[in-house]
Amino acid sequence: MAIRDRMSGNEAVAYAIKQINPDVMPAFPITPSTEIPQMVSTYIANGECDTEFIPVESEHSSMSATIGAEAAGARSLTATSSCGLALMWEELLVAASNRMPCALALVNRTLSGPININCDHTDGMGARDTGWIQIYAENNQEAYDNFIQAYPIAEDKRVHLPIMICQDGFITSHAVENIELLEDEKVQNFVGTYQPEEYLLNPGKPMAVGPYSVSNYAMEARKNQELAMEASKEVIIEVAKKYKELTGRGFELFEEYKTEDADYIMVIIGSAAGTAKQAVDDLRAQGKKVGVIKLRVFRPFPAAELATALKNCKAVAIMDRCESYNGNGGPLGSEIMAGLYRDRVFIEAVNYIYGLAGRDFTVNHVYDIFSELEDSVVNGNKIEQFKYIGLRE
Amino acid sequence: MSNQTLEIRWHGRGGQGAKTAALLLADVAWKTGAHVQGFPEYGPERMGAPITAYNRISKEEIRVHSNIYTPDLVVVVDETLLESVNVTGGLREDGAIIVNTAKSKDEIIPLLKGYKGAVYVVDARKISVETLGKYFPNSPMLAAAVAVSQVMPEADFITEMQASYQHKFAKKPEVIEGNMLALTKTFDSLREDLKGAKALVEM
Repeated sequence: MAIRDRMSGNEAVAYAIKQINPDVMPAFPITPSTEIPQMVSTYIANGECDTEFIPVESEHSSMSATIGAEAAGARSLTATSSCGLALMWEELLVAASNRMPCALALVNRTLSGPININCDHTDGMGARDTGWIQIYAENNQEAYDNFIQAYPIAEDKRVHLPIMICQDGFITSHAVENIELLEDEKVQNFVGTYQPEEYLLNPGKPMAVGPYSVSNYAMEARKNQELAMEASKEVIIEVAKKYKELTGRGFELFEEYKTEDADYIMVIIGSAAGTAKQAVDDLRAQGKKVGVIKLRVFRPFPAAELATALKNCKAVAIMDRCESYNGNGGPLGSEIMAGLYRDRVFIEAVNYIYGLAGRDFTVNHVYDIFSELEDSVVNGNKIEQFKYIGLRE
Repeated sequence: MSNQTLEIRWHGRGGQGAKTAALLLADVAWKTGAHVQGFPEYGPERMGAPITAYNRISKEEIRVHSNIYTPDLVVVVDETLLESVNVTGGLREDGAIIVNTAKSKDEIIPLLKGYKGAVYVVDARKISVETLGKYFPNSPMLAAAVAVSQVMPEADFITEMQASYQHKFAKKPEVIEGNMLALTKTFDSLREDLKGAKALVEM
């Protein structure tokens, strides 16, 4: 029996961590993820889990300590946001290249400047090429569900990569909503006991972690890491299937909402996907053939799968909650368009930048975007291929 | 938003408990079986700065994750905000506004920029001082929000709040009775005004 409850997104992730009871959690507080280490340390103080909590002096250290603990053979994780993730930059690559299956609860927040504490995906997208698996959540329920699936994905022998479970700062992290929780025992059975094959605290089998690699070998290490990222796709799907057996809640690389006969599709990540779904229902009631694809897994990037899902529509709006400052579009826009071209899917594609630094994204914005797409296809009115929505006039 | 979702916007000042009241309302509505959202809008937080918090309450799953622009109900926890914040902005004409004030309804209406919907006043300071000995406006304003919206029956609200306070104030049981009294006094103070009024949103 599922446990019916209500929680914020941060509470949901902290609760998942308590249930998983990982071995080590080094952390340094930063808004809006601060509550996660705060709540986990309360669980530890109350004897509800026995994770070793390491208070550190910076995020550079929290990620370093996470890697150290993971290398020693301990299931490890940390949590952060924004500038905290930026300060971990070097270590993120170290974690991935040393094939550490550690986890990170990322509560997405913009980066300076102007200094701002609110949500966008600048932090997560900035780390998109560090070799971490990235899974994004629409709401508190998905943040919880994704977190419980994190270690079975990361620790799989075909993968052995670190995993980032992301949710939108404040919008879901600080919003109290309904949620269904699993019993502790079910979570523990699902996640299982961590049994690393090779680890530092194993006197019978000495090893080195992170030694220098000469150019004759380093490139092969990178290729193996890339292959592991590719392999993680099927593992993510397998784990989701098992999770569905347990909970009834199904997950894929992305969710297709009313896209089957859709002429116009919006591809979007995170909490705004819920807003888009509501708008789609409203427009469907008016007879508009519109749909939403909510991208859950950004790394590995399901380029071919997205091209297939989009090939029968007339136009797609690709939504980036992140500016790349390249004069060419956001990260999701660039990657989807490249994937469409590679699979020879030639549809109208517009890359919208929305919701930067907490700018609200509403059902009205979604109506406007679909109306613009339709106008472009039906009346041949040209739209800029890369534009902002929700900007002050 | 569909008319089966009750949307509430709270205006208060940092430190007064408007966010807490919104979260408490989400909590108590959740206990009666509803789908809920309770969330604050964050800016540079500091004591005394204007803050906004929101609730959505529905029988159906709530998927929208934006702020609320056409609320059914606005709750103003600090009446000095009437000068500086457009509290009635987007407020539905078939909705309602509740203002925490010692003034009469007739004195408040001219300050509401021509708002034509229902207006209610609650003297949360008086109620709070009488029942708690101190000024904590959030219990009276929470009760007023439930009374005016009629999102749940009064008796259910009182029962659930008793349990909530027992949990919340487990280490300060002496404040439970005062808070409960603040809730019922608020309901009593609005009873006359609410005669014949219907629920703001039928669920």
